Amino acid sequence: MKLDSKIPDGHISEKWTNHKNNLKLVAPNNRPKIDIIIVGTGLAGASAAASFAEMGYNVKAFCYQDSPRRAHSIAAQGGINAAKNYQNDGDSIYRLFYDTIKGGDYRAREANVHRLAEVSGNIIDQCVAQGVPFAREYGGMLDNRSFGGTQVQRTFYAAGQTGQQLLLGAYSALNRQIGLGRIEMYNRHEMLELVKVDGKARGIIARNLITGEIERHSAHAVIVATGGYGNVYFLSTNAMGSNVTAAWKIHRQGALFANPAYVQIHPTCIPVHGTNQSKLTLMSESLRNSGRIWVPKKKEDAEAIREGRLKPVQIAEGDRDYFLERRYPAFGNLVPRDVASRAAKERCDAGFGIEANDTNEGVYLDFSTEIQNKGKQAAYAKGNHNPSADEITTLGKKWLEEKYGNLFTMYQKITDENPYETPMKIYPAVHYTMGGVWVDYNLQSTIPGCFVAGEANFSDHGANRLGASALMQGLADGYFVLPYTVSNYLADDIRTGKISTDLPEFVEAENRVKDQINSFINNKGTKSVDHFHKRLGNIMWNKVGMGRNENGLTEAISEIAALKEEFYKNVYVPGSNDELNPELEKALRVADFIELGQLMAMDALQRKESCGGHFREEYQDSEGETLRDDVNFSFVGAWEYQGSDINKEVLHKEDLKYDFIKIAARNYK
Amino acid sequence: MASKKNININLKIWRQKNAKAKGSMETYKLDNVSTDSSFLEMLDQLNEELINKQIEPVAFDHDCREGICGMCSLYINGRAHGPDTGITTCQLHMRMFNDGDTIFVEPWRSKAFPVIKDLVVDRTSFERIQQAGGFVSVNTSGNTIDANATPVPKHDADKAFEAAACIGCGACVATCKNGSAMLFVGAKVSQYALLPQGKVEATQRVLNMVRQMDEEGFGNCTNTGACEIECPKGISLENIARMNREFLKASLK
Repeated sequence: MKLDSKIPDGHISEKWTNHKNNLKLVAPNNRPKIDIIIVGTGLAGASAAASFAEMGYNVKAFCYQDSPRRAHSIAAQGGINAAKNYQNDGDSIYRLFYDTIKGGDYRAREANVHRLAEVSGNIIDQCVAQGVPFAREYGGMLDNRSFGGTQVQRTFYAAGQTGQQLLLGAYSALNRQIGLGRIEMYNRHEMLELVKVDGKARGIIARNLITGEIERHSAHAVIVATGGYGNVYFLSTNAMGSNVTAAWKIHRQGALFANPAYVQIHPTCIPVHGTNQSKLTLMSESLRNSGRIWVPKKKEDAEAIREGRLKPVQIAEGDRDYFLERRYPAFGNLVPRDVASRAAKERCDAGFGIEANDTNEGVYLDFSTEIQNKGKQAAYAKGNHNPSADEITTLGKKWLEEKYGNLFTMYQKITDENPYETPMKIYPAVHYTMGGVWVDYNLQSTIPGCFVAGEANFSDHGANRLGASALMQGLADGYFVLPYTVSNYLADDIRTGKISTDLPEFVEAENRVKDQINSFINNKGTKSVDHFHKRLGNIMWNKVGMGRNENGLTEAISEIAALKEEFYKNVYVPGSNDELNPELEKALRVADFIELGQLMAMDALQRKESCGGHFREEYQDSEGETLRDDVNFSFVGAWEYQGSDINKEVLHKEDLKYDFIKIAARNYK
Repeated sequence: MASKKNININLKIWRQKNAKAKGSMETYKLDNVSTDSSFLEMLDQLNEELINKQIEPVAFDHDCREGICGMCSLYINGRAHGPDTGITTCQLHMRMFNDGDTIFVEPWRSKAFPVIKDLVVDRTSFERIQQAGGFVSVNTSGNTIDANATPVPKHDADKAFEAAACIGCGACVATCKNGSAMLFVGAKVSQYALLPQGKVEATQRVLNMVRQMDEEGFGNCTNTGACEIECPKGISLENIARMNREFLKASLK
């Protein structure tokens, strides 16, 4: 198979414009004859569904939650990037493009990333027009802040709930179209199979999660926008229901899966508290604008803290190791996520961790300096040029509350500690997956008519995503890319007519789904689904996590294969298939996570270099920084399914060419 | 963490096979619950025990488990989202309970939220209210005006944001003795009424959303203020007042 990325010719800044000018169109009178299925209603799915319906296509949208508004985009906290240069600090489309390519450690496609930067400004315009209440300054203009890996202020935000506000904007556009009868919305439905007719994606099989009914839905194109696969680690910042199933089903039907090993471990999450923990909670990267990360300089201090003999505020300034500021003076606490995470792991592995859990894994995120700085500023702004220490502290805390109030409250509820008074304890956790279904420039997978958008595809973030770029990509794909590229594909379908769900392909796909469900229900093993999911998560975190090596990965591959066998032999799924059955839903998802986990380990094993979030311990320099191998590994690794033995998957390579950016070592020092 | 210990509890949980079946409160004993666990992690622990005894686990809605998706929806000891304020069920932690406590767990109780199974209810009535008018009618295009072309006073933007912070969980309805959805609808009406982008359609929006709210069988507001107290996002009653003003204005047009 030859991978054709379909990147248009021409200068980087003209590719998208020229491409759009040459794409085929579907006339307004023909659009009502065409059906589009969209699976997932996060930023990418909801924005695409609304846009297609506005254009006049018939849209069916699916989500597993009870409402499209629950999709996990809702949980994104810090912000969305756009190259508006409202702050006059030197930002431009080129800078955003450059930062994103560099942030991705030179493992993303130039043309895709440039397009993303080009449309970023339109996204903000569109959202404001929808009534998204972004943070503003007193003059009424939009406010910005900084995120990791950049030296400009280009992040737009709505307190610590930017994802919520953007998703509710897309949800409102979706609702408007549902109300107008142009979108049929299927809540509490899960896609369990893709239906291909004559090699093209022509529909899906979905399970009604309330009645258990298996339904056939046909369309002329299928868009998968079902998010990332971080839950393969069991513990992650993803929602409990986030899963890889839709993406994995199309992979099994022939869509290549690209760079599965590229996982983002987010540096600032609340540390693990115990064995019953079900998920990890993120503390937004935006906090690194105001917080300083440190551990004690002395091991005995770290030990005393863990044993409760010493409090962090008792450690003198000179005895604190602000390790990010020390190692990366140019970017300090705002280095990219992968860099910050590894640095925290390095300190904890060396014995300086401060959390009193099994692994001592935790570092401090301290706001006391910021309280002083902002408190002083606020006092001056009020005309008080001689504030007392108490006044400064009070005003500083108030400033923090306005910026990050919901995050501080969230932290306090979970940990029972007050972050205004004592530093937050944080540690890295699985957050985002850069890998995903391989797509060409048009966001089409290797299955004609099957498009993949948002986190579910692999396309824009290379080996590491910069903060506030996920929201940007989801909305770029849904609002401004798919409407053009999918129409181009559908232009050949104006005479096709309705696709019948009585075709044998639909019957076969439905039978595959029913067989799998029945085998789980009738299995009558002895262990719960979670039992297997947790074991999978353990293998993944320990051997395919922040630090990877050849031995560990080789072990992981065989351990996961063995786990898969045991899972099918011994999983117990209570209840029946014709009712709301959360355990059955989980079993179907974990089955796919297990196969994916094995592929992730294989991908990490073949990539004999360190880049972005993929850190192979064998490939680092004397200071512990990643060592890329551009000669041998400047490619997208895209895997082709070969049947249920994952070891047989075949690797295809799409070479990455950098015509407009000079490849360099990624340096944040 | 601050208060690491384990407690033993008794649970009285609403079990109901499906929408048509008659439900009942069932009793379960659960030992060794870490006080650092969240309430839903406690339910996970119970379900794991039930599954190991081949008893059907308790169905409950949940997803993000960080207080923002709005999916979790439990009535705990007679309070929506349980005995803490400003949080959702998933943010409730077991340190709020004592060793030996008996904890009552019920689904949202409201005519407009019928039970699907156990603790899972159907909130699609909220969806239909949003579909009736919870939007600004702007199509996707790359050609809307520049985001900074229309300044919005910070005060209005902040108020709009506070209203828009609603997560659509339904605690306001569940806790209201009238089963009223006025806080939910008022929040959405307010968000748009406060922003220049929303003003164009303000009249139609409030009329349509209120009409749909009434059709769904939600009760009326008698200003008890229970909704504001139980709202995990602290949505203010002033949003109901603003909706009433908007409604009156629209009705007189």
